[in-house]
Amino acid sequence: MHNKSIAELALGLRAGEFTSVELTRTHLDRIASHNPQLNCLISVCEETALQEAELADRRIRAGDAGQLLGIPIIHKDIFCTDGVKTSCGSKMLDNFIAPYDAHVVELLKQAGAVMLGKSNMDEFAMGSSNENSFYGPVHNPWQAGAVPGGSSGGSAAAVAARLCVAATGTDTGGSIRQPAAFCGITGLKPTYGRVSRYGMIAFASSLDQGGPMARSAEDAATLLQVMAGFDSRDSTSAEQPVPDYAATLNDDLNGLRIGVPKEYLGEGLETAIADSIQLALDEYVRLGAELVEISLPNTHLGVPTYYVVAPAECSSNLSRFDGVRYGYRCSEPRDLEDLYKRSRGEGFGAEVKRRIMIGTYALSAGYYDAYYLKAQKIRHLISDDFRAAFERVDVIMGPTAPSTAFGIGEKAADPVTMYLSDIYTIAVNLAGLPGMSIPVRPINGMPVGLQLIGNYFQEARLLNVAHQLQQATNWHTATPAGFE
Amino acid sequence: MQWETVIGLEIHAQLATRSKIFSGASTAFGAEPNTQACTIDLGLPGVLPVLNREVVRMAITFGVAIEAEIATRSVFARKNYFYPDLPKGYQISQFELPIVGKGRVEIELEDGTLKPVGVTRAHLEEDAGKSLHEDFHGMTGVDLNRAGTPLLEIVSEPDMRSAKEAVAYAKKIHQIVQYLGICDGNMQEGSFRCDANVSVRPKGGPLGTRAELKNLNSFRFLERAINIEVERQIDLIEGGGTVVQETRLYDADKDETRSMRSKEEANDYRYFPDPDLLPVELDAGLMEAVRAGMPELPDAKRARFARDYGLSSYDAAVLTASKGLADYFELAAKVAGDAKLVANWVMGEFSGALNKAGLALEQSPVSAEQLGGMLLRIVDKTISGRIAKQVFEAMWAGEGSADRIIEAQGLKQITDSGAIEAVVDAVLAVNAEQVANYRNADEKKRPKMLGFFVGQVMKQSKGKANPNQVNELLLKKL
Repeated sequence: MHNKSIAELALGLRAGEFTSVELTRTHLDRIASHNPQLNCLISVCEETALQEAELADRRIRAGDAGQLLGIPIIHKDIFCTDGVKTSCGSKMLDNFIAPYDAHVVELLKQAGAVMLGKSNMDEFAMGSSNENSFYGPVHNPWQAGAVPGGSSGGSAAAVAARLCVAATGTDTGGSIRQPAAFCGITGLKPTYGRVSRYGMIAFASSLDQGGPMARSAEDAATLLQVMAGFDSRDSTSAEQPVPDYAATLNDDLNGLRIGVPKEYLGEGLETAIADSIQLALDEYVRLGAELVEISLPNTHLGVPTYYVVAPAECSSNLSRFDGVRYGYRCSEPRDLEDLYKRSRGEGFGAEVKRRIMIGTYALSAGYYDAYYLKAQKIRHLISDDFRAAFERVDVIMGPTAPSTAFGIGEKAADPVTMYLSDIYTIAVNLAGLPGMSIPVRPINGMPVGLQLIGNYFQEARLLNVAHQLQQATNWHTATPAGFE
Repeated sequence: MQWETVIGLEIHAQLATRSKIFSGASTAFGAEPNTQACTIDLGLPGVLPVLNREVVRMAITFGVAIEAEIATRSVFARKNYFYPDLPKGYQISQFELPIVGKGRVEIELEDGTLKPVGVTRAHLEEDAGKSLHEDFHGMTGVDLNRAGTPLLEIVSEPDMRSAKEAVAYAKKIHQIVQYLGICDGNMQEGSFRCDANVSVRPKGGPLGTRAELKNLNSFRFLERAINIEVERQIDLIEGGGTVVQETRLYDADKDETRSMRSKEEANDYRYFPDPDLLPVELDAGLMEAVRAGMPELPDAKRARFARDYGLSSYDAAVLTASKGLADYFELAAKVAGDAKLVANWVMGEFSGALNKAGLALEQSPVSAEQLGGMLLRIVDKTISGRIAKQVFEAMWAGEGSADRIIEAQGLKQITDSGAIEAVVDAVLAVNAEQVANYRNADEKKRPKMLGFFVGQVMKQSKGKANPNQVNELLLKKL
């Protein structure tokens, strides 16, 4: 049951082969046996999940045809959930229960998806390895002791280990795509504004975007269909119609122009990864596509630009966690300043504090022009690179990450090396484009991700291109040993 | 040394919207603490601001009223600082690109000359909550009802040269925002707040270091605080000291200003564009609608009152001081038909009664229609001016319309010349001695002596005899 696609499960539920309660029970049992080892969940909602499943079964019997009805999913613990703890991976919010659902949570709830729990993540989504969680690191299902990637590492590991059918994630600089690559699953970061940010705890508001994490492009399409759309509660949400993503999945790829940026296949990339990427590109050629070498000349500026913009926004976004109204408060504060200093000093982890300090510095009087304004200008240059490229090609492809999953603790002492693991994904957020990661040929049993970048609001195209590869190959169906 | 004072004002006008600037919570004043603060006002994680479009219309209306440049694109920015009544740890305001740019107003100086005062800019922002230090022993309470209330911050050029000019400017802005219906102007409730930047310099010299005065919640305090601050600065400099740039709090009870924080202690607000809000692009349709719906402004109304109603410039200014009073006057004048008579009554008897009772215009027990209706009875000679005062008092006490009171109390003026003549004859007969004196008196002394007879006739008629007819008859018979 736990290896079936959403479409297969929907058919099985309607054919009466199994119920949503049984399906949910199966996944809860898998969580109970595997989560102690993986640590990919912060909260498990057994009781409410079974209630939701029962409700879904009644709706199914009443003839409701929703594809996600009764399907067990997991939300990244960055999405606020009414009545269920939303920690954002932080001690700061370990006691926080939101009185509202995030827009994405609300939509998936309406669609009848069953929430099994909330997934582990890097604290406030700051990290590329899931090691920065107050709840401890997540282990990669493909290899204990390896990181799952981050920040949506818990969601990625849970999907790969078949602890849920699909999950939600968020991506500020690669936080859906990089863990999807490390865990061998399919992850999609939509165009900025495609999915409402309401109720999604902000890290860097101009970059954050929620998206689906699943075992196939087809499943991801089903989730995105429900998650996408305009929301009046988010001023940056796009008033663009949502296409029928399933309708174009099977379009053929004849004449598809694939741009391959030379900057993505050069220095810093493991050759074995380059080979896996080339193998996938060859497959696309067989499917009728044509490869075009392109250049994104400002690629090298992506990481430094990101590490000004994202910390600047986060330094302000995280100011609300002050120990005054909710969240962690230090014991026995002497005065207001002591309350602030100790609540924040004790409530935040090291990486969060590092970024708050970087961002505060970048916005300070006398430095603002040199850092923040300059970063915004470079951001335009990076967008212009993509704009020019999309005049020549339909989709851009390259590696998602420069390496496969590394060991827990391996890069933790060197933040800059860690930051470079997002070198191929960050520019996509800075430009606000949609990006995707799908599994290609693994290396020594460890998954490798192919990144697909589309033009604005071209999610349907990305899903179609990814689905066609997944129809022609079976890299995406590989299952980590012990989780079959 | 001759010193010159330089003053600029920052005015925070609370915009009269029903809901907050970035949330749907109510802005009503005086609710129980924290009952009008929603998840957005509380700064809970994940919630986002959504701009209330009405504040944009209001800000533009103000910009048009002061002939300012309206920005085709304005941007909300975050002003970052920590304070318990600032839930997000930043205030959403406008910094580099405010919605209203340079404009101007004219103030009238004491000698009647007009002086232009520049408005540097006006920008939209959200208010913070309130910290309550007194109510909880050893602790501070936070009330977030006010958090997110829309404000228009109006910044003037340092164009004012005395406390009186500063007050005249503040009153002018106060008058304009109320005329536009974008602010209720209530200073006690904090709907209209002034901060003053004050410095002194040797006349004609370069600008001195300024102090920012806060907590000026009445025009009287504004004037007083500036005057004592100017005195303090001059004393300081003349005593060999220097003025430091700082924020000073005015204490009305002690009648002094005292230092709140110095420039060194000031926050670095780390302003940057708020990524949660899109820039406000000026919509041509909205601009047109604002221009088309622009109400008559104070200066125009004053000129029209003087011209159309034949009022003096002073009377026109008094009657147009607030839109409410101007509307009251115009409605009463329309009913009564004699604008000058109405103007005298509104500024005299009516305003006096309001002051005496400590009531605001909106609380008046006598409506404009009622007052006009009564004054119409003077115009059509049903009652005299003197009886009218009696009728007005009865109306004020809630006894109904003028006509009802005149009827019920039998106050209708006697215009039957036969009846008046009978009273006149009787008075002359009883006062034969005074009649003789009058007839022997000098022409010049006679008008004064006539008053005695008029008074007697009016007394006998209980004030109801038509005074003109009484005069005529007396002159004839004497």
